[in-house]
Amino acid sequence: MADTLRVYAGILHARWRIAMSYRTSFAFEITGQAIGQLTEVVVIALLFTRIRSMGGFDVTAVLLMYGFSAACFGLADTVVGQVEKLPQLIRSGELDAMLIRPLGLLPQLCLLDIQLRRLGRLLSGLLILGVAAHRAPIDWTWDRFLLVGLCTVTGAVIFSAIFVAACSISFWVVEGSELANAVTYGGTAFASYPLTIYDRILRRLMAYVLPGAFISYYPTVTLLGIRDPLGLPGWFGWLGPVVALLSCLVAGLIWRTAVRRYRGTGS
Amino acid sequence: MRAGFRRYSAYRQAALAGVITNSVFGLIRAATLATLFTGATRSSEYTPQQMSTYVWLGQGLLSVVLLWGGWDFAERIRTGHVAVDLYRPWDLQAALLAEEIGRAGYALALRFLPPMIIGLALSEMYLPRDPLIWLLFLISALLSVVISFSLRFMINLAAFWLLDIRGPASMYALVSNLLTGLVLPIWMFPGWAQTAIWATPFPYLLQAPIDVFVEHGSPWRLLGAQLLVTAIVLGAGRLMLRRAEHRLVVQGG
Repeated sequence: MADTLRVYAGILHARWRIAMSYRTSFAFEITGQAIGQLTEVVVIALLFTRIRSMGGFDVTAVLLMYGFSAACFGLADTVVGQVEKLPQLIRSGELDAMLIRPLGLLPQLCLLDIQLRRLGRLLSGLLILGVAAHRAPIDWTWDRFLLVGLCTVTGAVIFSAIFVAACSISFWVVEGSELANAVTYGGTAFASYPLTIYDRILRRLMAYVLPGAFISYYPTVTLLGIRDPLGLPGWFGWLGPVVALLSCLVAGLIWRTAVRRYRGTGS
Repeated sequence: MRAGFRRYSAYRQAALAGVITNSVFGLIRAATLATLFTGATRSSEYTPQQMSTYVWLGQGLLSVVLLWGGWDFAERIRTGHVAVDLYRPWDLQAALLAEEIGRAGYALALRFLPPMIIGLALSEMYLPRDPLIWLLFLISALLSVVISFSLRFMINLAAFWLLDIRGPASMYALVSNLLTGLVLPIWMFPGWAQTAIWATPFPYLLQAPIDVFVEHGSPWRLLGAQLLVTAIVLGAGRLMLRRAEHRLVVQGG
């Protein structure tokens, strides 16, 4: 166990040194990712010059939702986003080599190609969440602090589960990676806005089948102490850990089934 | 052109996956923009029907115009394969453009029409009565394809100097989401920003053909401006290619 961890730490260190050997380029990429994440703030700001509330929520609440969504997605994207590369690895046969190594397949996938520039996205996500939380009229008792910290982690775990489950499709469908985008990138876009603005089918699919509602909507409702327009009780924001655990179980099951069924192309 | 069409139509599964993804984003965008028409505030330059046409047309056009990707040529420059491309008895810029138009033709059938059908099924869309507008829209979309190609052609050519174009390419991707009018119609920006944005080539990739179709502003003025931008970016690309050719040293082999 300790040996395995040392190998992983070694890989991570090597990736960091690669990034640092092209310092300027790395700085540019991190800034680019950070600014890219901020463009949606421009969208929200421009929308709110013309409206006063969105689906019953004011600009502070929407920014808080966007902050949760961006920070959680940023964290998940940095840690497991590399599973998106699965189709290329299958096609090139590199996956076969990974399968025979005495290390877990998923950790290898995540670490070997870790894109440290995605930290830029994570940082601006955290910044947005921090600013939104600071601006919101919240009485900062210890349980609310705990809620923000907890929801950032559980939200990231939920997104990670979505990443793994969605990218497993690449084992069946060769060009499936773009389909995965619908629930990964689509998931964060969905979670950036209140559930109340979506029609029923989209809401059921993206908020409850994929548990997108527990990433940003319920945490925000609970944090601000608002009465949920959809009628669910206020403590729903605390369900994050349970939902995250369930998502991991489902994603793990799908991933295992997919890997079991994989046959190399022999290339 | 036919080769381009054939090459891309081989990936039908990928097209289906892409359509589903574009449609999910279409639904989310439509929902956020629909909030502009609820409550007391109704100050908007689009009607709700024009807005839903804007959203679905944008989702369909983005793969025709190819907002993301299209950096293969830079790879050929980096590896040196470009020497073969330049050696062939053709006009390189014209040949690549022809392939691009073929690709756009495929995308029109497989990536543009499906989201439009979904949009029509799910929402009330604005459709122009005058058949002339439909024709003008097609011309405008074609010009958008040419402008998009020309901009990417120049960034690709930058590989002659930079070798690695990831920097400029990611900058391009970064600004294009906002400046082409993909995520928000340009008229939602403050006045000074609108003037500045329309002075760049970006809105002519997406906002211009959409505005021609929903008849927002004069279609002739939009087309005229597009023609001007097309001439400028094609010419600039040609000049740049000429300069780049002088940088190429073929070392035998």
